[in-house]
Amino acid sequence: MESILHGVEGYMYPNEMELQWSVLIVLYPFITGLVAGAFILASLERVFRVESVKPTYRLALLTALAFLLVAPLPLQLHLGHPERSLEMYLTPHTASAMAMFGFVYLWYLMAVLVLEIWLDYRRDIVRLAQTATGPLRYLYRAMTLGSYDVSEEALRVDDRAGYVITLIGIPSAFLLHGYVGFIFGSVKANPWWSTPLMPIVFLFSAIVSGIATVMLLYMAATRLRQATIDMRCLDTIARYLFYAFIIDFSLEMLDLVHRIYEADESFHTLDFMVKTRLYLPHIVVQIVLGTLVPLGLLALTQLVNLTERARRGTYALAGVLTLVGIFAMRWNVVIGGQLFSKSFLGYTTYKMAFATREGLLPAVLLMILPFVILWALVRLLPPWTDGREAETAA
Amino acid sequence: MNRDRRDFLAQSTKLLFLTGAAQLGFEALLRGEPEAAPNYKTTDHWWGMIIDIEKCIGCGNCVRACKEENDVPREPYYFRTWVERYHVPDGDIERPQVDSPNGGYDGFPEKYRAGDGAKSFFVPKMCNHCAHSPCVQVCPVGATFESPDGVVLVDPTYCLGCRYCVQACPYGCRYIDPRTHTVDKCSLCYHRITKGLTTACCEACPTEARVLGDLKDPKDPIHEFLRTHKVQVLKPQMATGSKTYYNGLDGSVR
Amino acid sequence: MKVLFGHKDHLVRMAALFLAGIVVFLVLKAVFVPKGFGVYGHYRAGALEENRAHPVAYAGRAACVECHSDVPETAKGGGHAFIRCEACHGPLAAHAGDPGEHQAVRPESKVLCARCHAPNVARPARFPQVDPAEHAGDEACTACHTAHNPRQQKEGAK
Repeated sequence: MESILHGVEGYMYPNEMELQWSVLIVLYPFITGLVAGAFILASLERVFRVESVKPTYRLALLTALAFLLVAPLPLQLHLGHPERSLEMYLTPHTASAMAMFGFVYLWYLMAVLVLEIWLDYRRDIVRLAQTATGPLRYLYRAMTLGSYDVSEEALRVDDRAGYVITLIGIPSAFLLHGYVGFIFGSVKANPWWSTPLMPIVFLFSAIVSGIATVMLLYMAATRLRQATIDMRCLDTIARYLFYAFIIDFSLEMLDLVHRIYEADESFHTLDFMVKTRLYLPHIVVQIVLGTLVPLGLLALTQLVNLTERARRGTYALAGVLTLVGIFAMRWNVVIGGQLFSKSFLGYTTYKMAFATREGLLPAVLLMILPFVILWALVRLLPPWTDGREAETAA
Repeated sequence: MNRDRRDFLAQSTKLLFLTGAAQLGFEALLRGEPEAAPNYKTTDHWWGMIIDIEKCIGCGNCVRACKEENDVPREPYYFRTWVERYHVPDGDIERPQVDSPNGGYDGFPEKYRAGDGAKSFFVPKMCNHCAHSPCVQVCPVGATFESPDGVVLVDPTYCLGCRYCVQACPYGCRYIDPRTHTVDKCSLCYHRITKGLTTACCEACPTEARVLGDLKDPKDPIHEFLRTHKVQVLKPQMATGSKTYYNGLDGSVR
Repeated sequence: MKVLFGHKDHLVRMAALFLAGIVVFLVLKAVFVPKGFGVYGHYRAGALEENRAHPVAYAGRAACVECHSDVPETAKGGGHAFIRCEACHGPLAAHAGDPGEHQAVRPESKVLCARCHAPNVARPARFPQVDPAEHAGDEACTACHTAHNPRQQKEGAK
């Protein structure tokens, strides 16, 4: 009992001593956010014809797929009865914001990402099915679905279909992550979560984190491949990151100002929490280090003429800080929302375990996993368009 | 006492305490086959609860009885029902001091001084069996639900353990049972009230501070009580359709 | 393989794959949705009965007075008349079911009475409260008071 009461201050309802959602649930919106953001970056090229980001188009799609495959794992690991998760598909409760996740997820995975990647890669798949050796050959053959038609007419069909799918994909990506925001934003019992702004704040922070991830991956991958970076592409991505970040920051500030000005019954409690227990992750990491600094760095590259080298360094730093900031934002939403009592009279502490099912170790492994998957995907379906694919594919 | 007299007394006292359906249910209970209790039609009932703060003495009987009856974990810190002690200095309803040592299970050792300019009282808490339950709304699979007779129940064989309902309850009434990894909460002693018995907490309450009521039964005293008292539900701004009515609820209680 | 749909053949194949997936899903749904789900609402109907099947620990006053009919007589008119037996005596369904096998234990009055009657400022002011040590020293409450009717003094009480 003493260990449970440790870190509790003021009055909490007895059942509230234990935090319900752990660091794994922090990963869930973080990872789905990366998916949605990466996809939206990819669709910039496809739908909005931003030609300069073309070098990252396929990388962004594969990144989205790699992260999407991992997205349900933290949820699965967190469940008291993981073996019952199929019930979400069998008897989804339509009134539940969570029930539809399975369907939104499947829709997005199958109907959007897999289809779009397949259509875009079909010419490569057919070529690889005919040239590859070893067991991989069978995989490529399976992926052709037995159709080797890569005539100009067939590719035109693919391009048109891919365009339509991207068109559907953009609202789907918005849905996927706006929806994750709604899971939190619709909990009326929790004033830290309950705001109609939540889905849209989640969405824009998702776009920000996705763009930053693809930007960093592109920089890292070109360096690993010892290829030359396309600065026009990088500058454009950074510009979009800057724009999306401004919208995201404005929305978050709107939420904050609104809370402070309205100062409803929960205000004193939340205010105290932000100034004490959440001060480091919220004020220092999320707002200053993870938002204001990268915004300043990105603004600097827009205002001042920097050398390519300096710009690359600035982008890399801004990108990393952005991801740290967005992760802190997810942390502050998920964990912060459970640190205060719904009686508004007390606070508890989150004690993260290490090597338990919901501890730090599985969280770290789950964060590494998408990069492993991405590495495999890149080997399987090389996304590079600068004429070096032949050597990487072999 | 001879057998005949005992039987006669048993019959007459039974008539005193039980009527109609309740009595038939009770007989099935005594035969040791409670699940066979006949005559209980879910559509004929709509259960609610009255909690009279003016009568609660903070003895903790309800907390102990509930844990006993429903096999609630004693440790570490889970409760289907618990009692809070409020201490409101000088009518400052925004800053009450509240405590609930072990949920009130061991009673409340005296902590405040008489005449310190504050008012003190006990507030028993439990699931409010809301008619528009946020917990039922958010359950992704239908593992928690509102029964046709107005009781919010859990299906532990179907619960995923996603904990969304725990987040959604504004009153902190739900917990994850560490033994089953599924959610648990007050069932309004569904196994008792459907057999004509009252809940364990009401059974154990020495002052009738908690009284179970059937809102669909026109003869139930709950109607008279609600007519003659100024009652309130917890957190009315949550609009959960709570069916746990408090008499004498102070504005500081949340 | 024959090409049936011209240059859209591969799309048709993909569509067939999706269709197959949906069929598999529908089959799984038909097989695995538990029986009785959705009869009364979005839940397993059997869960109602399972909730009812939980064993009873508190027998209820009616069961007690079946045998102990003298107690209500004693309590009549007193401050404890409306208190249900198991409020003080604890859960006794097992005892009611088989009194020979399961003995009821008489509660310790010094502990029991204080639970309700020890002074506490949070208790309603009109509720009778007394400091047991001050009031009776080491003496058991039941030395003077009849537990079932406490205003009734026992013979020989001071």
